[in-house]
Amino acid sequence: MYDGGKIIVGLIIGIGLLLSPFFYNAGKAVKAPEPELTPKAKEAKVCVAPTPYMRNNHMHLLDDWRQTVVRNGERYYKASTGKMYYKSLQVTCLDCHSNKSKFCDQCHNYIGMDPYCWDCHIVPKENK
Amino acid sequence: MGISRRRFLKVAGLSAIMAVGGKAGFELLRPGQVEASLPLTKGKRWAMVIDMRKVTDEIIQKCKEACHKAHNVPEFGNPKVELKWIWEEEFEHAFPDQEHEYVADGIKDKGFPLLCNHCSNPPCCRVCPTGATWQREDGIVMMDWHRCIGCRFCMAGCPYGSRSFNWGDPGKAPKELNPDFPTNPDFPTRTLGVVEKCTFCNERLAKGQLPICVEEANKIEKDSFIFGDLADPDSNVRKALRKHFAIRRKPELGTSPNVYYIIG
Repeated sequence: MYDGGKIIVGLIIGIGLLLSPFFYNAGKAVKAPEPELTPKAKEAKVCVAPTPYMRNNHMHLLDDWRQTVVRNGERYYKASTGKMYYKSLQVTCLDCHSNKSKFCDQCHNYIGMDPYCWDCHIVPKENK
Repeated sequence: MGISRRRFLKVAGLSAIMAVGGKAGFELLRPGQVEASLPLTKGKRWAMVIDMRKVTDEIIQKCKEACHKAHNVPEFGNPKVELKWIWEEEFEHAFPDQEHEYVADGIKDKGFPLLCNHCSNPPCCRVCPTGATWQREDGIVMMDWHRCIGCRFCMAGCPYGSRSFNWGDPGKAPKELNPDFPTNPDFPTRTLGVVEKCTFCNERLAKGQLPICVEEANKIEKDSFIFGDLADPDSNVRKALRKHFAIRRKPELGTSPNVYYIIG
């Protein structure tokens, strides 16, 4: 191999650079952000479904809502508690969770998720 | 002598291709299949009757304002990228097939309010490749903006120009023309590359309210816009149509539009 030494040194440096972020961050995990509740959401205590379910499956619930509302015209959701909710991201969800940056964005950013809901759905103005 | 293995495989492969391709081609062209896949209107057929004897330019303007406000339709100030759900047009453009040299004075220069006709046989739904626009069971030609890919086939298919395309982000419409956009926080906006049109205010109908243009027009002149169910013989629209002569836009195309205009 011509210039074997240089190539091997180059490879080591290259791979080292590539892996440097892993060495740099080794051992220190970034804490998962905790979604913040607005006073209104705290007061309500219950969401349209139990919190653990919402935490894991809110995207499926929202997808189901948009499908049934837009395609089938079914606009009301009966929660397991028996309470009826108007199925709307803008009108119902964001009414309580009006703090999108602290409630939605924090976690979505943490896991590198970029939902396109907000291309069309209007985000309430937040007081910062 | 039997058939060789090589020849058998060739013939078998070719016939498989022909069978699959031929079947797909047949299904693509089979007439009536598209209609059959649409849900049938089950005894309900929403329609609008517009009494042109009562409608004035002021009413049309108020309707347009209220509609575009309620549905977050921005004003661009440029007809090339215009978004419109309800708009005003002269007789000769609204009814090109009825126009002649001697159209009555009161009609010739009168503004007609135009909107999606919510056709019973909507060509836009036939051509939509993603099912983003379809006919609901109550006759409303609905749109699912989540699914629209912006191919604009529906705009080519619609003979009434009822559909508008978002050439840009509606949020970036000129601020001086849309000082408080989005105007209705309870309704979504659309996004770049999506087609939009009147949906007969299905979100209001679900709450038992009349479409906003009907409500707005009737505030100024009672019964200038009438909304109801054509399938019900005793409905207000059927009564109005029984009593007065009404025309529709381009009925000869066979789209069966559901917006009627009472003339004189």
